[in-house]
Amino acid sequence: MAFTPIGKKYHDFQVVRDKDACINCQVCVRQCSYGVHTFDENRKCVVHDNSKCIGCHRCEALCPTDALLIQEKASDFKANACWRPEFIKYIYKQAETGGVLLTGMGSPVNIPVYWDRLLLDASQVTNPSIDPLREPMELTTFIGAKPDALAFEQTPDGPKLATKIGPQLRLKSPIMFSAMSFGSINFNLHIAMARAATELGIFYNTGEGGLHPSLYKYGANTIVQVASGRFGVHRDYLNAGGGIEIKVGQGAKPGIGGHLPGEKINAKVSETRMVPLGSDAISPAPHHDIYSIEDLLQLIFALKEASQYRVPVGVKIAAVHNVAAIASGIVRAGADYVAIDGMRGGTGAAPGMIRDNVGIPIELALAAVDQRLRDEGIRGQASVIAAGGIRCSADVVKAIALGADAVYIGTAALLAVGCTLCARCYTGKCPWGIATNDPSLAKRQNPDKAAKQMANLIRAWSHEIEEMLGGMGLNSIESLRGNRDKLRAVGLSQTELDILGVRHAGA
Amino acid sequence: MEKLTLDAGGVYYRQLNERIREAVAGGHTDFELINVRGQRYIADALDGDLRFHIRGVPGQDLGAFMRGPKILVTGNAQDGVGNTMDDGEIVVDGLAGDVLGYAMRGGRIMVRGDVGYRVGIHMKAYKEKVPVVVIGGKAGDFLGEYMAGGAIVLLGMFSGNASAPIAGRSLGTGMHGGVIYVRGGVPAEQLGPHLKTEAAGDEDRALLSKHVTAFAEAFGLDAKAILDAPFVRVKPFSHRPYGNLYVAA
Repeated sequence: MAFTPIGKKYHDFQVVRDKDACINCQVCVRQCSYGVHTFDENRKCVVHDNSKCIGCHRCEALCPTDALLIQEKASDFKANACWRPEFIKYIYKQAETGGVLLTGMGSPVNIPVYWDRLLLDASQVTNPSIDPLREPMELTTFIGAKPDALAFEQTPDGPKLATKIGPQLRLKSPIMFSAMSFGSINFNLHIAMARAATELGIFYNTGEGGLHPSLYKYGANTIVQVASGRFGVHRDYLNAGGGIEIKVGQGAKPGIGGHLPGEKINAKVSETRMVPLGSDAISPAPHHDIYSIEDLLQLIFALKEASQYRVPVGVKIAAVHNVAAIASGIVRAGADYVAIDGMRGGTGAAPGMIRDNVGIPIELALAAVDQRLRDEGIRGQASVIAAGGIRCSADVVKAIALGADAVYIGTAALLAVGCTLCARCYTGKCPWGIATNDPSLAKRQNPDKAAKQMANLIRAWSHEIEEMLGGMGLNSIESLRGNRDKLRAVGLSQTELDILGVRHAGA
Repeated sequence: MEKLTLDAGGVYYRQLNERIREAVAGGHTDFELINVRGQRYIADALDGDLRFHIRGVPGQDLGAFMRGPKILVTGNAQDGVGNTMDDGEIVVDGLAGDVLGYAMRGGRIMVRGDVGYRVGIHMKAYKEKVPVVVIGGKAGDFLGEYMAGGAIVLLGMFSGNASAPIAGRSLGTGMHGGVIYVRGGVPAEQLGPHLKTEAAGDEDRALLSKHVTAFAEAFGLDAKAILDAPFVRVKPFSHRPYGNLYVAA
């Protein structure tokens, strides 16, 4: 016993099994990929090992007799406002292994969620509200550089637009599926995102793991991503989509690269990324051909040349301290859009210290970027996409009022297909069949059903956005963009109000 | 179709590349570009059996993303030669700048003289695609960093920099695939952490002979004389360099 690890008993969850309800059918045994439930041949009943439970709730969800309850294990530690249980457990684990703490999904730490402190306006008496069920409501959004002015020429058929407008992404709703690579999530979900985006008239982003040839047919609704590892990046890939995105940073892990462990690289992932089976796929922290804004300009135009200027080329960065100045540089380098990923953005794997301590919330970053681009008179040269912790349609509306053209959702799209945020995406054992390439687990996601659920979510949000717009007396999402007068804040300091560019409620 | 000669003098890169793409679409396969003075992205993402003879100094990202064309540069090349190149060949009869062959997946790049910093970073091989870079001169820092596949051959013979070491510091840092060959050897202090050199074996010699012979042919040199020397190789110590770094939080 003296050699038992200190933290062995301090696990996070406990399984409560209702012995009267349990019929020993062993569904839980088959569903749990972490080996929590086993059938005890001697006692002829199902037993469990709490220490292995990661809190995914898969067994609870599939138990036919409702006999299971997964609870957080109440901490036995003496209450301590400084040494909270997570820090104590981290130290036990690291003392035992010497390992870097690895996490998945977005940060759960208690950093203010500004969406919750922002409230929307509605019309009363004057400027009457609009009922979107009976009156036209425009959510169509164009992502790309807009000209400062339009010129027209007279023709025998009437006036014609003379200004040449650069390539745009046309979205029927200002929401896109964020970059989640094939490899980090499995192929069934890539099919689902591609189909849902096509059906909805929006876009999904391939992430940095390449694009399987069988998905090229959804190219008109695909943004292909180019990250530092350049996995699966070649001329056909660059010309397969409706847009190209250079990934510089990710909100969950600003400043560090990516690393798809060999365990997740099966035959199809290997084929798509064009890397050997079972070998780690490592994305360097920086693009080693980008050490400056001038270098970034060079890659943006290398990609524009490669795609013959047919599609917009955007740049995704993590929200960090100097985000406004960085975004300004990106726009000046010729990007058609800037995607900003806040610190609550999700990930398949990130060191916990980075995920929980590096970067800034998207709300502050977005407001700062929009203001900076306006102040410099270049806001029209590029669109702004906000990402990282968009939880509901009201968050979308608030993001657009703060200055976004559209939002990316990643975590929300995964929740739509059953994710419970257990945050073990990096193990490759996702019991919901999401962040896994194990065929026996991946088949838990049916691409048709997953596509339908993703599409349902966006439709529902789009209806809600129309309702909120109508309530404000607006009939077009364009009229909301950067319209911070439609926002009021509660309980924020003057500094926060100044950065957000929003007045306090009542003012 | 006969060789098409294009005068790049005073032509902006966009017009030059547009002109090349039109000519390729029109069936031209053989090009001579004269008076090239820093035009970027020449042959960017071009596909198939095309040949370019560039006279002058092509600009950044020569042959980026390309798949198949063969390019000969009579002159020096700037940064980013063969960036994320998929297949084909680039021969530079002169010097080349930084980040040559970045994330290159296939084909071959040969430079007669010296190359800059961060050359061959994150080169990777996949099935029949094995990228190769042959450098006649010396290389700057971080040659072959993050290398995941393919081969770099560093000769150090045709350098204009007599006092420099054959490779800058941090050679092969973080490599997890592929191989770097150095003619004559490389001082241990120039290698990245945990890396060692060992003598090239028979299999290595066969590969070296193939690419050095091509190099010698391209520049009118004696392959035998180049090969008549010891070669060392630098190989990664693991394909899973970070396999044991983490613990579940």
